[in-house]
Amino acid sequence: MTQSLSAQTRARRTNGSYPDRTSRTGRRHVLDLDDFSVAEIEEVFQNADAMREVMNRDIKKVPTLRGKTVITLFTEASTRTRVSFEQAGKILSADVINVSGSGSSVEKGESLYNTALTLQAMNADIIVIRHSHSGAPHFLARNLDACVINAGDGTHAHPTQTLLDMYTMRERFGRVEGLKVVIVGDILYSRVARSNLWGLTRMGAEVTLCAPPTLIPQDMLNGLSDAPDHPFTSVKIERDVEKALEGADVVYALRLQLERQRAGHLPSLREYSRTYGINAERLELAKPGALIMHPGPMNEGVEIDPEVAHGTRSVIEEQVTNGVAIRMALLYGVATPVREQLFRADRN
Amino acid sequence: MVESEATVERRILTDDEIRRALIRVAHEVMERNGGVEGVVLVGMHTRGVPIAQRIAGFAQQFEGVEVPVGMLDIGLYRDDVAAGARPVMRPTSIPDIQGRTVVLVDDVLYTGRTVRAAMDALTDLGRPSQIQLAILVDRGHRELPIRADYVGKNVPTSLDEQVYVRLVEIDGADEVILAREEEP
Repeated sequence: MTQSLSAQTRARRTNGSYPDRTSRTGRRHVLDLDDFSVAEIEEVFQNADAMREVMNRDIKKVPTLRGKTVITLFTEASTRTRVSFEQAGKILSADVINVSGSGSSVEKGESLYNTALTLQAMNADIIVIRHSHSGAPHFLARNLDACVINAGDGTHAHPTQTLLDMYTMRERFGRVEGLKVVIVGDILYSRVARSNLWGLTRMGAEVTLCAPPTLIPQDMLNGLSDAPDHPFTSVKIERDVEKALEGADVVYALRLQLERQRAGHLPSLREYSRTYGINAERLELAKPGALIMHPGPMNEGVEIDPEVAHGTRSVIEEQVTNGVAIRMALLYGVATPVREQLFRADRN
Repeated sequence: MVESEATVERRILTDDEIRRALIRVAHEVMERNGGVEGVVLVGMHTRGVPIAQRIAGFAQQFEGVEVPVGMLDIGLYRDDVAAGARPVMRPTSIPDIQGRTVVLVDDVLYTGRTVRAAMDALTDLGRPSQIQLAILVDRGHRELPIRADYVGKNVPTSLDEQVYVRLVEIDGADEVILAREEEP
């Protein structure tokens, strides 16, 4: 029987000894979500599912990244992001080294570039960076050989947060597409809101932003009428929190950065809380079964009522758990360019 | 890889032959273990999973005992991840294997590396009293000291040949194909 191989059979082709179901991406860096396709996001979710299984074991350890070094370079405060990257790396058997701004040579005035070069010279395979300057991870990605993961840069992006947020929604609703997601709070300074806009619109969610006029960039959605295909054209802005919450599947409260009030964006925290805070009464306007989410850390009593934050609809702790799984999936996904490696093997 | 490459394909197992081979394997599992009490079948993704389910089905038919079936993804245990392999993972779900006899099930046994990874994965999940290996097609060329306890069919192959197992559950038809690409 002679015939050419079917496409399906070709897909089955093995490379060496393992069945070939190689990742479709050769991603080396995770800088923002604007360059993630739907298929790639689904792939991260699928890998995170497998990571959740590992996290539920008695012995939470797999040998996958043995011999790889992950350095977390955080020049801004963080609890959950840094700890979850560290835990993710350790469960995968990578060596994780944490560098923070204080206590390192950053304090002596060493430039970001030189700090990063030093880390790379110590054979860091993956650098996870949080930095107060937007674009710092992109700068490292351009100048280093190591893989770079953005753990939050200035007011720009926080892609791993968005992936864990969407993963949590998918876990609860089985999908992200078509969900009505209302993001309430400080949109102006929020990197979480920006990355969530990219991710959620890409996955087909309906996003509404809600904030006082001073905390939402006036030109945020301007100019999009010239680009009818731009994903953000579907985003709505609603100043009235009660209208925004009507029929919501997900209510996503952002942390009100307290220094904003001092900068004159708000008359008082109490007024913000009264007009925009998520409380039980307002939550009634959302769909029954709507989820409450928050990227943390929370200012309870300001943007979110303690009763709501710890209530039955809150998935805030689940977000944290899922954050470890998502970061495991990303660490697993970046280290080596897949395609290049395999093609090289093919030619030999 | 060029689409126009000529490929010679030969069917080495038909649907009936696959069914008979798996019935025999089920009988051998029962014979070796004195029944199927305490036996857990664990299929390795992708095609090991439906094969394990079929063997469990036959065992239940003949012995009237339901055999627990698990599925295992070995992606996290491969020895080539650091070198760049990044398979997309499938769900792992393993019933209690503590003190049980685990029969690992896969479609093709080749270098033995997948089985090595699977044994590492299993021992992280518990301590089975025994691990046995059931394979639909053994094509030879082992790179590790591993052998199968139950074999559907031994197929001598050369290194430039490929073995494709197709199953109804995944591919819509049951057959095993041996393929060789001819130099253009």
